[in-house]
Amino acid sequence: MTEPRKVAVVAGNRIPFARQDKTYRHASNSDMLTAALNGLVDRTGLGGQEVGEVVAGAVLKHARDWNMVREVVLGSKLAPTTPAYDIQQACGTGLEAAILVGNKIALGQIDAGIAGGVDTASDAPLSVNDHLRNVLLDLNRAKTYPDRLKVLARVRPKDVVPEIPRNAEPRTGKSMGDHAALTALEWGITREAQDELAYNSHMNLAKSYDRGFQNDLITPYLGLEKDQNLRPDTTLEKLAKLRTVYGNGETATMTAGNSTPLTDGASAVLLSTDEWAEQHGLRPLAYLTHSQTAAVDYVKGAEGLLMAPAYAVPRMLARAGLTLQDFDYYEIHEAFASQVLSTLKAWEDPIFCKERLGLDAPLGEIDRGKLNVNGSSLAAGHPFAATGGRIVAALAKQLDENGGGRGLISICAAGGQGVVAILEK
Amino acid sequence: MTDRYQTFTTTPLGKTLVKNLGLPDPTPLPRWTEGSQVIDGPVVFGAIGETDAGKAVQALLRDIGASFSTAAEGVASSTIRPKAIVFDATGAVSTADLTSLQRFFSPVVRQLAPAGRVIVVGRTPELASSPEQQVAQRALEGFTRSLGKEVKRGATVNLVYVAPDAHEQLDSTLRFFLSPKSAYVDGQVARIGTGPLVSNDPARPLAGRTALVTGAARGIGASIADTLARDGATIIGVDVPQNADPLRKVISKIGGTELLLDVTAVDAAQRIAAHAQEQHGGLDIVVHNAGITRDRRLVNMRTDAWDAVLDVNLRAPERITKHLVESGALRDGGSIIGVSSMAGIAGNNGQTNYATSKAGVIGLVQALAPSLAERQIRINAVAPGFIETEMTAKIPFTIREVGRRINSLQQGGLPIDVAETIAWFADPASAGVTGNVVRVCGQSMLGA
Repeated sequence: MTEPRKVAVVAGNRIPFARQDKTYRHASNSDMLTAALNGLVDRTGLGGQEVGEVVAGAVLKHARDWNMVREVVLGSKLAPTTPAYDIQQACGTGLEAAILVGNKIALGQIDAGIAGGVDTASDAPLSVNDHLRNVLLDLNRAKTYPDRLKVLARVRPKDVVPEIPRNAEPRTGKSMGDHAALTALEWGITREAQDELAYNSHMNLAKSYDRGFQNDLITPYLGLEKDQNLRPDTTLEKLAKLRTVYGNGETATMTAGNSTPLTDGASAVLLSTDEWAEQHGLRPLAYLTHSQTAAVDYVKGAEGLLMAPAYAVPRMLARAGLTLQDFDYYEIHEAFASQVLSTLKAWEDPIFCKERLGLDAPLGEIDRGKLNVNGSSLAAGHPFAATGGRIVAALAKQLDENGGGRGLISICAAGGQGVVAILEK
Repeated sequence: MTDRYQTFTTTPLGKTLVKNLGLPDPTPLPRWTEGSQVIDGPVVFGAIGETDAGKAVQALLRDIGASFSTAAEGVASSTIRPKAIVFDATGAVSTADLTSLQRFFSPVVRQLAPAGRVIVVGRTPELASSPEQQVAQRALEGFTRSLGKEVKRGATVNLVYVAPDAHEQLDSTLRFFLSPKSAYVDGQVARIGTGPLVSNDPARPLAGRTALVTGAARGIGASIADTLARDGATIIGVDVPQNADPLRKVISKIGGTELLLDVTAVDAAQRIAAHAQEQHGGLDIVVHNAGITRDRRLVNMRTDAWDAVLDVNLRAPERITKHLVESGALRDGGSIIGVSSMAGIAGNNGQTNYATSKAGVIGLVQALAPSLAERQIRINAVAPGFIETEMTAKIPFTIREVGRRINSLQQGGLPIDVAETIAWFADPASAGVTGNVVRVCGQSMLGA
């Protein structure tokens, strides 16, 4: 076997993220992913060309979109001979897609590939309930009219009500926010600290737009040019006034301001070998060097739902031979401000690091000035599967702009999972 | 949770029905309140000969200002209604001496006031100086347990076994059993051994001590936290993050600190120890109150229901105790209190998991008491019977009604009854009390 090849992040593109039921309310997942993909193709001059593979996914997906990514490719400016497949790992989908593409590149199976993700919280897939579904399937199986009538007689008024996808963990019935609220309490994360993180996210994202950083990372879509959730004029006072939406009574700390809103959007990232990039007149922004996933048992309450990255990162660091402080940038996906702060606090905690991670010493503090320097999900929004692509592209560009360095990506996902990676240049 | 039947029995119609139909007639039990005396009525004292224990009992009665007379003074024929009858039987050296029980009690017991107290003090049978003495002393248990069922109107009967040379340790235990604090403790046996003599203010026996209470947000746990705080302890209230809000309400009322964690977490013990040491410099009292039920008959028992109950009720106390003791977070002279259950003693249909865990708590007490004694750390458990809580309020009506009535006091206990018993165990003056499992069950017929 040959040596693994270096995996370069060459370019990235996304559409601005829109708040649920606003600008993109009639856009489908396929529409948005196509827009993000075409924007990337335009920017990289790949129109009509074939790439090794397109890998993407959506968390909330219609049943008809069973082959969504391939269909998107067929409707895009890429060559129709480009293979594609769908994946799904909740909020980790986008980053996992990049890891999968990167692995094939590293192994020499492809030279270039595109990783992406899309989600709509507006164009949600409603489905008929299980009872009506069974009736309809039986109807299909019935051969004679009397049999069909007999089956149809089973339809009941309640069957009119469709099933709406719930933003809840199937095994606990609790929403992600409720889970995060428990973790916040366990780690004693204050309202003030969460609001401050949210405020910094908005300020950092606003600054990145102001300095033109986002110009070649975003293609406007349906008249939207910036992330709709961004509040450049927000203040700590305004954030402090919001009422809490998760948790109970006086111990509740989580608000709509320090939790990510439901959002619509799509992103795509181009990865390749150095040679392929050069042949196509492109240049590496950074390299995807390490990745790791982890999962925790949140069902029995042994660990918080969103704490898996706290486990994934130290495992990755051990393999990479790095410490938590060996980074110039930290991109910790802000599912909730409390998730970021709980994770950071866990890494600083000797008991957590010893008893739960099995480490002799805590991972320690990070320089907060290096955290989410161009804003993150609290400001930009979080269309689940699209977040990974947003972060990979922005971090790669930041590393390139910095003339080198190393960045850590950490993304928590439903089901108690975490996907993390390292970009370096 | 109000006992509607008991309320009904106090109405004129209720009184008539109860009397004519022979229905249970529970007497409302007075509880200790701020400023209550240990005992608010005359005490009759009797003994088999003059003993150290007898002298210690009389000294205490003088100390608490009780007016007491000895049986020899002709109590039987008098008109006094004793609030308590204390009998020192440590002097019984053979079965011949058991005659005194009947001779002393038969005339006096009918005079016992409502919610009265009967306490028999005996010599720990296993430590008796002769087989004859051991037989006689062991026999006392049958006497007190039967008398407990005979006395009416909220009166209780308990037996206190005291080891040789441990009579100076009797104070805190006698105070507890004499006072309304033991309202729902009936037909029990407490064993007192030797230990260092601790004199503290009986009004605030836990002053300067730090107490950890798990499951402190609600029900019995909240009452334990309140009661230990009343007795002067600084409380560390532990509960799962789901109960953060009720826990804050409990703690903000009594002071102390909150610690949100699941006691089954791998690092729970370490977190508790670290919190106690950083915030309070250490711990003196640990109450393993957190508990859950997941009732199912064994044939239908799901693995997770079995595991969850054993994890919370038994493995967590076991692990946390071990760490707190080994790390030194629990200071020498400390007190560990487990919460067992009547089900752990008698067994209960649909509670194989729960009863296993609660019997295991008794095992924990018995297993650790001897070795912890080297550091003067004591370990005891309460075993509540039917206690009126949110949890028992959910029991179907008929089962609940039966559960309430099938005990000598014909009523359910209150969380405070469990809490008071724990406060007695926690009291540093109870230095001789270790390895005990005392039921707070109104002398339930189950597993008696």
